[in-house]
Amino acid sequence: MNHADALALVRESLAAVVPGPEPDGLGPDEPFREALDMDSLDFLRFVETLAERAGVSIPDEDTSRLTTLTDSAAFLAERAS
Amino acid sequence: MAEFTMPSLGADMEEGLLQEWLVHPGDHVGRGDAVAVVETAKSAIEVECFETGTVGALLVEPGTTVSVGTVLATIETEPEAAEARANPRRTRRAAPPADEGRTEREHSAAKAPDLPPAEAPEPPVAPDRLEAGPLLRRDAERAGVDLASVHGSGPGGRVTRHDVERAGEDSAAARPPARRQVTPLARRLAGELDVDLAEIGGTGKNGAIRAGDVRRAAAGPRTETAPRPTAPTPTREERPTPMRRAIADLMTRANREIPHYHLATTIDLHPAMEWLHEHNRNSPVDRRLLPAALLIKATARAAAEVPDLNGFWIDDHFEAGSGVHVGVAVSLRGGGLVAPALHDADTLEVTALMAALKDVVVRARGGRLRGSEVSGATITVTNLGDQGAEAVFGVIHPPQVALVGFGRVVDRPWAVDGLLGVRPVVTATLSADHRATDGSVGARFLSVVDRQLQSPEHL
Amino acid sequence: MTTAPPEDAVTTYREAMRDALREALSGDERVFLIGEDVGRYGGCFGVSLGLLEEFGPERVRDAPLSESAFVGAGIGAALAGMRPIVEIMTVNFSLLALDQILNNAATLLHMSNGQLPVPVVIRMTTGAGRQLAAQHSHSLEGWYAHIPGIRVLTPATVEDARYMLPAALADPDPVLIFEHGSLYNAKGALPRSGTTAGLDRAAVRRSGTDVSLITYGGSLPKALSAADALAQEGIEADVVDLRTLRPLDTETVAASAARTHRVVVVDEAWRTGGIGAEVSARVAEDSFYDLDSPVERVGCAEVPIPYARQLEEAALPQPADIVAAVHRAVN
Repeated sequence: MNHADALALVRESLAAVVPGPEPDGLGPDEPFREALDMDSLDFLRFVETLAERAGVSIPDEDTSRLTTLTDSAAFLAERAS
Repeated sequence: MAEFTMPSLGADMEEGLLQEWLVHPGDHVGRGDAVAVVETAKSAIEVECFETGTVGALLVEPGTTVSVGTVLATIETEPEAAEARANPRRTRRAAPPADEGRTEREHSAAKAPDLPPAEAPEPPVAPDRLEAGPLLRRDAERAGVDLASVHGSGPGGRVTRHDVERAGEDSAAARPPARRQVTPLARRLAGELDVDLAEIGGTGKNGAIRAGDVRRAAAGPRTETAPRPTAPTPTREERPTPMRRAIADLMTRANREIPHYHLATTIDLHPAMEWLHEHNRNSPVDRRLLPAALLIKATARAAAEVPDLNGFWIDDHFEAGSGVHVGVAVSLRGGGLVAPALHDADTLEVTALMAALKDVVVRARGGRLRGSEVSGATITVTNLGDQGAEAVFGVIHPPQVALVGFGRVVDRPWAVDGLLGVRPVVTATLSADHRATDGSVGARFLSVVDRQLQSPEHL
Repeated sequence: MTTAPPEDAVTTYREAMRDALREALSGDERVFLIGEDVGRYGGCFGVSLGLLEEFGPERVRDAPLSESAFVGAGIGAALAGMRPIVEIMTVNFSLLALDQILNNAATLLHMSNGQLPVPVVIRMTTGAGRQLAAQHSHSLEGWYAHIPGIRVLTPATVEDARYMLPAALADPDPVLIFEHGSLYNAKGALPRSGTTAGLDRAAVRRSGTDVSLITYGGSLPKALSAADALAQEGIEADVVDLRTLRPLDTETVAASAARTHRVVVVDEAWRTGGIGAEVSARVAEDSFYDLDSPVERVGCAEVPIPYARQLEEAALPQPADIVAAVHRAVN
């Protein structure tokens, strides 16, 4: 999976959890939990959606790396390679 | 024959808007099936029925606002249905046994498709030949009763004053009539512009339809009137949404009527967080838990152990809840709050509780809650989560008598066996109704919550 | 002092009223002024200052402290063909002459089958806002507007103070003129001759499309100041000055309601049973299908007017109360 695909998946998963236009306006290095006002349950659903759509398992201890679009895409690209 | 009525989906609900029917006349329904969607001030709710039988007449059109207690439909319960049906050999789904409790069946008109729909029985009195004098009409208006839906006991099925009284009895005595309010100008314009008033929303006081609403709804392309320029210092406050207003009313009532006392205690979450991390490490992502699941479970256990905080203050006395049904305060995007109930939370496995929590939160924020979920909570938990403040001193949701609050889990210096360590801790608070209990009961409750959280493996 | 002011000169309400009296006394032999302290003292509120020196004690007569007597004398003189102007110090003292006004002035034309007109003009100060406490702060013009057979005027502008009096003197029936005490020092431009159409029409003092403020007398400046504040928020108020409370010009009110669809009635009297209630009722009767919100009323707190300044201000309708009522009507 290349970075662009991974980024698209991350964006898609965020959009599935947070309705509305906000996810579209995210900067690549913006911590999205704060920007999108996601609580722990939203975040858990995001991780679930991402794991499911990317077909990778995301260990609990790695979820702390999913903070920005860039970081999440990088993580995903390396997990799925 | 049973009647399916507009339910009360909260202590503060006086009327509801029937949004859509999920069943048709002739459909078979079982206890717990969702049969209609009702829009309350807070959200759209799927309403379940409590009968098993065949749907008779649908007496209320979608889009109509009616008072709590108004008959929406008739349901022919089993023996009657059998008599009334022209074709007795029609196959039927067996009714679930009563002890099965709430069924989780998705609403769908589960029928054998090759059968003709049963004829709908006539409503008790057809609205077009409703005989009712001004006195009866006034009574009905005052009681918020829709005459067309009242079962008449008089000669020839005529509705009597007694019938109206009875129909109005099960809802609050002083209730505004459910008639839409329309300003005279709006009514005149609706006639001129051929706008159906039943189809449009109102922006006036109490949802009254005003001229602007009619003009906006009028057919054909029209230019919106330019919004008024606002002053640099805005003095015209925004109109609160119905949900905001409902919350405002309920919370005002809570603070006016309930003498709150507040307790707080800090709980060492080291064992609970260790256990949680271990569980999550070994679980696929869809089976992972959040601290909230443990906190809610511990609260539910404490409510079972200290039942004086689990129930309602009604008519100047405490009524214990039957079972522990934990309302979970869910904040909505764009503001507002709902508190759907997790039923029998004290007996739910923690993973099942987590699944139920996820389910209601997702549906509260994006989908639809069901009638049984938005009412019946015996105690409420507000959990600020990891983005929140450290402590919350909340307001009780009437008519409940307690609200439990959990702040953010934070690492703090903590004395452990005479030494200083760093531990994850959470501040648990209790807001309780001093009419029902005293501080000692509240303190006992919080210590039970603490004790439960020290052995997470038993939760 | 005898020359009329030049075109559009700025003058005060008090001076405008004095000019009107001077003109009446100079122009018609039958006119005389009678009341407590109107002569040597120059009027309790200084309206007739200098008129005694100018016209003499026959034309400007100090009366004894008996409203019933000197109002009765004015009515008798009017019956006998004179054109008396009776000044009552403040509206509360008119209650001592209420029987004369209600049972004689207002009835004799009817009881005599049209043979006995009563062309008396009775002036008095009304209203609160000057710390005169509970017994001298009433707004009872609405009571008088209840009585058929008389005309009730409430000049609110310098122009009306100047030009309503000659029209009142020309009217063959009893006319009561209520001068709000807070207006005497109000300044305004005075055109050389009256431009408002007589005594029968209300005047739109400010045009707007969003809400109608219906008011009169001492509340007009407050309504205009509220309208200024509302304009800052983009709400344009139509301000209607009733000018005459009996007969009411309901046509102008209805026309305003038809323009704005929202009506706020503002007056300083107690709300219950006041003239504001009458205006509201007329709006409900005439303009029902034009209304897009319930009629709002702004009135005085239902208490005897307090003496303490802050309490008096709190009791009386203020521009902020008018703005709040408009918000209720518009939102």
